[in-house]
Amino acid sequence: MTCDICGKKKATVHLTEIVDEQMSEMHLCEECARQKSSQMEQQFGLADLLAGLSDTSKPANSKESDKNVLKCSRCGLVYEDFRKFGRLGCGECYLSFKEHLTGLLRKIHGSNKYLGKTPSRHLENQALAPAEGAPALLSSDDLSDLKRQLQSAIAAEDFEKAAILRDKIRNLE
Amino acid sequence: MLGNIAGLYMRIEELLNHTGEWLRGTGPSAHIVMSSRVRLARNLEAWTFPGKSGKKDLEAVLKAFGEAVNRISALKGSTLFQMTEIDQVDRQLLVERHLMSHEHASNPEGKGLLVTAEEVVSIMVNEEDHLRIQVMRSGLNLSEAWNIINTIDDALSRELNFAFMPSWGYLTACPTNTGTAMRGSVMMHLPALVMTKQINKVLAAISKLSFASRGFYGEGTQASGNFYQISNQVSLGHSELDIIQNINGLIRQVIEQEEQARQALLLQNKPMLEDKVCRSFGLLKTARIISSQEAIELFSMVRLGLDMGILQHVDHKALNELFIMIQPAHLQKIEGKKLNAFERDTKRAAVIRQKLGRSTNID
Ligand SMILES: [Zn+2]
Ligand SMILES: [Zn+2]
Repeated sequence: MTCDICGKKKATVHLTEIVDEQMSEMHLCEECARQKSSQMEQQFGLADLLAGLSDTSKPANSKESDKNVLKCSRCGLVYEDFRKFGRLGCGECYLSFKEHLTGLLRKIHGSNKYLGKTPSRHLENQALAPAEGAPALLSSDDLSDLKRQLQSAIAAEDFEKAAILRDKIRNLE
Repeated sequence: MLGNIAGLYMRIEELLNHTGEWLRGTGPSAHIVMSSRVRLARNLEAWTFPGKSGKKDLEAVLKAFGEAVNRISALKGSTLFQMTEIDQVDRQLLVERHLMSHEHASNPEGKGLLVTAEEVVSIMVNEEDHLRIQVMRSGLNLSEAWNIINTIDDALSRELNFAFMPSWGYLTACPTNTGTAMRGSVMMHLPALVMTKQINKVLAAISKLSFASRGFYGEGTQASGNFYQISNQVSLGHSELDIIQNINGLIRQVIEQEEQARQALLLQNKPMLEDKVCRSFGLLKTARIISSQEAIELFSMVRLGLDMGILQHVDHKALNELFIMIQPAHLQKIEGKKLNAFERDTKRAAVIRQKLGRSTNID
């Protein structure tokens, strides 16, 4: 049996795809299967869900849209690119695209409520934080952590990030 | 030299002297479940995700991780491999041992891999997420794998600041992992469900319950040898322990179905089943040239024969180890040189004959 995709090599991987309870079989060589699998990882469900998310806030083809391009303030990822490739660029993307992600996460997981564990550091930060005043969403707001991050940014000669961190620290101090 | 950061520096060649603990072929339901794996994805708050990071950032993450590992006693004696410092065959070897992904091997820049002694824990650094922590156990043992990974995650989270939101949990590059960022997978051997043509029904039911099934070699594929890897798909709306319980519940049902199918095969046509098993064993012990595909199919039959008491005196562990050893990079490392496809088929047959000959004292 030869590979269904390249038609050259011997098919050694037999793939069953189940879409809407319809089963289809594919016979692939190892190389094509590997490509197909990374494609599927990306596409499986996610692409469909992403395609269903139209950006209603943005008027098409107008000059206005350039200014209003939805973009992550930290890593610069444009929302359109997230829709295309399905990958977020940093933790801050979750805040930048919060409105869109709320629905998407619910579609993917059937829920958007987190019920898992909390990292040790975060627990410590919560214990240290004053009871009133909503705690920040990300655990980065611990001053000593920010300072540590600043040091590693300087060590890595990432001065752009260092500048951002320095400003954050100033704001807290 | 990053290899020294984690303490003892292990050479890749040393991996060949033994195989992962998860291949020992024992543990709960080991007659049907080969291994259990739990994986957690974690990102460091201070850096953008690997896909959005340049070389400098990736290296800084690797360095910060290495330093954190040094302070964690549970990771003493592990080795941190820097991907750019090992060659392609060695990277392939790590993939073949299920310690890391194909993606991790194909683009080595800024990437690392931590492996503990016995290969129970491995941590990919700078794959899709900064950290992909994995624990493998033999048999149906997700709870034990979870306990181990939970301890390591706790230790890491005291040293490193993970990207986390109370409302959405751990933040990952792909929204399909957001939340617990946990995937529990179980590698099942389901030959009787395949032979009785019930496997598609079972797989369809699994996908309906939002669990995914994959093959032994390569993600997203249903490889040969009647091996199926079943894992959870959702990571929000359930706690880690809930997810593990759900997988366990599903796996127990599949085990029951496979057991029934095995009994049905015995009742319907015992001589044919015995013939199939024994011929497979005979072929493995005598073949001079064998492809990996053929070998895996024969292994599956021998394994079934062992689990059903048709064959005795074959070591489960030896059989499990062969699954790993017959892959291209392993064969080339054992031989100590590059082998073309034909040479590999010859070497593979020799390795199988030697291993099965040693572990059997009949015929
Ligand atoms: Zn092909
Ligand atoms: Zn971002």
